[in-house]
Amino acid sequence: MSEEKKPAIKKIQATGHMRKIMADYFYELDRAVKEGSPKVAWCTSVGPAELLLSLGFLVYYPENHGAMLGATRLASNYIPLANAIGYSPDICSYLTSDVGAFIKKETPLSRAYEGIEGIPLPDVLVYNTNQCRDVQDWFSWYSKELNVPALGISTYRNIGNITDDHLISIAKQIKGLIPRLEEIAGNKFDMDKFRHVLGLSYECTQLWKKVLETNKNIPAPISFFDETIHMAPAVVLRGTETAVEYYEVLLQELEERVAQKEGAVQEEEFRLYWEGMPIWGKLRDLAEFFISLKTAVIASTYCNSWIFDSFDPDDPFMSMARAYTEIFIVRDENFKERYIEEMVDMYGLNGLLFHDAKTCPNNSNNRYGMPERLEKKLGIPALTINGDLNDLRCYSEEQAKTNIEAFVEQLESK
Amino acid sequence: MYYFIGIDVGASTTKAIVLDNKSKIIGHSVIHSGADFEAAADKAYKKAFKDVERESQNKERVISTGYGRRNVPFADLTKTEISCHAKGSYHYYRRAHTLIDIGGQDSKIIKIDNSGKRTGFKMNRKCAAGTGAFLEEIANRLKIEIEKLNGLAEKATKNVTIGSYCTVFTATEILTKIRQNVREEDIIKGIFDSVIKRALEMDPLEGNIVMSGGVVAYNPYFVKMCEQKLGKEIFVPPFPQLTGALGAALFAFETKGGKHA
Ligand code: SF4
Repeated sequence: MSEEKKPAIKKIQATGHMRKIMADYFYELDRAVKEGSPKVAWCTSVGPAELLLSLGFLVYYPENHGAMLGATRLASNYIPLANAIGYSPDICSYLTSDVGAFIKKETPLSRAYEGIEGIPLPDVLVYNTNQCRDVQDWFSWYSKELNVPALGISTYRNIGNITDDHLISIAKQIKGLIPRLEEIAGNKFDMDKFRHVLGLSYECTQLWKKVLETNKNIPAPISFFDETIHMAPAVVLRGTETAVEYYEVLLQELEERVAQKEGAVQEEEFRLYWEGMPIWGKLRDLAEFFISLKTAVIASTYCNSWIFDSFDPDDPFMSMARAYTEIFIVRDENFKERYIEEMVDMYGLNGLLFHDAKTCPNNSNNRYGMPERLEKKLGIPALTINGDLNDLRCYSEEQAKTNIEAFVEQLESK
Repeated sequence: MYYFIGIDVGASTTKAIVLDNKSKIIGHSVIHSGADFEAAADKAYKKAFKDVERESQNKERVISTGYGRRNVPFADLTKTEISCHAKGSYHYYRRAHTLIDIGGQDSKIIKIDNSGKRTGFKMNRKCAAGTGAFLEEIANRLKIEIEKLNGLAEKATKNVTIGSYCTVFTATEILTKIRQNVREEDIIKGIFDSVIKRALEMDPLEGNIVMSGGVVAYNPYFVKMCEQKLGKEIFVPPFPQLTGALGAALFAFETKGGKHA
């Protein structure tokens, strides 16, 4: 087994479409800031975005910006600046790279989109601690820096069964945000609008789910690495017609690929699960590496995290509370293990890759014995690679690749 | 007829093994890798053939492994050091076992089943702790020749605990011990103990244990300490430092249809 020449990644045609809607999205935000209307809300990636949209806010997601800093490999320029003001290199590197970039007054947005000079400054910051505490600290920093209110929902973590008590409390907190948000938006809350946005969000995430599930086919039509790119509209444009339309287009393309038996890895021999955060600065490199190993990484916790099955326009607050609570990151180890087990069955996987992201314990599930337990239970091997979402100082290319290659050699010798 | 050659280009040393048509070892070498892996591979290859009376009509099959495996232009194939170590270890120990390899820059734990198949592995390359580099660094700080470590550790009379993970922290810890008049021998044993602990942290180490790697090759007392810790005998193959190179050569042998006796 050796990685001889760089294999070509098959291009997804819908990429052009996605670039256009993402550009439109950022230009619209930029215009709003320049004109002072509509108001801009920042939201955490699995925060109550639908409520904000229904109130007329344009919504910007700092985590998406964090991912851009990672993917453009600019993060390491900025992380030290945040470290220097007291934000440790051991905490979320989205936070540290984003704050560092702000301190330096730089953003990849201005490189990508002519005329955009900075990130769209917020009128309000809205977080949900369902994913981690770091988002709260992150928004608090901006709140002080920009003198803008930070509002949030404090939710439960490590939940096994979700009870009504959990949901009632969360739904109440979501409702509790409304008066402040109305004031800032200058608009009254409108239940019908809220239901409508939630309905669109539901449609978007259901299409996204179908996109991901095309990978049940052999060969799988899209790699995890491409999925992380094409996930962007589900993150930042859910709740809009634009996102729904986009996933219809993408789904059609992937279904055509399936019909033609066109795989992301054409000579697919092994199928793996990716657990944990992407390594943003190494997406292309890893995608090529896996193609050279004839191994397809085709299912992941990360991309599945934007499937919200529970959204229900007939019961918007409670269903939203449920949707944002039942995601993987919020759940206990038992739930997570059962979940991965289902994925292994559903996608016919041969092995599990765990990414231990140095600065995100919340999305690193190898740390409490899970790989070992799953290996025993499922009878397939697991591998942990050390790295990080954004901080490439925590990633050893050689070590990661040797581990992966040795893992594939092990699968071959079965 | 063929020569089957395995070259293991490690971060600190490069090892080569030559097998004949019956998979018998007929030549081997160990050299420092230096900064130029390509040159090191070439040198190790030539040195391994030094005492071989070469049959000019013989062909060659080369597999490279190790950190610098892709820097061997004359290799027909590359394999990871994990697979090669497993192969080399099973060659001498044909039972289910766990291999602990303490290399210059990394340590590996590899699980091998009864039929020689690999069932799992772990590799530590995050830092020097638990590797030969750690011993080298400490020897350097104490101004002791690395070859003398084994003899010194053997003469220890007390158990000294070195608590830190980090090489830098350990150096300060050692300075404190020196100031407290702790004997050098006891400190060295404490250092061995710390390397062993790092390996034991990687895996529960059940069942049969085999050890390989440079540290094991030059420090028999280190193995003895491991045996005491684990409460069982440890098997050390004849050329512990060449386990990966041997595995690579055996793979080369197999790819040409060779079957072991
Ligand atoms: S979940 Fe992890 S990556 Fe995401 S914001 Fe929190 S700490 Fe950062």
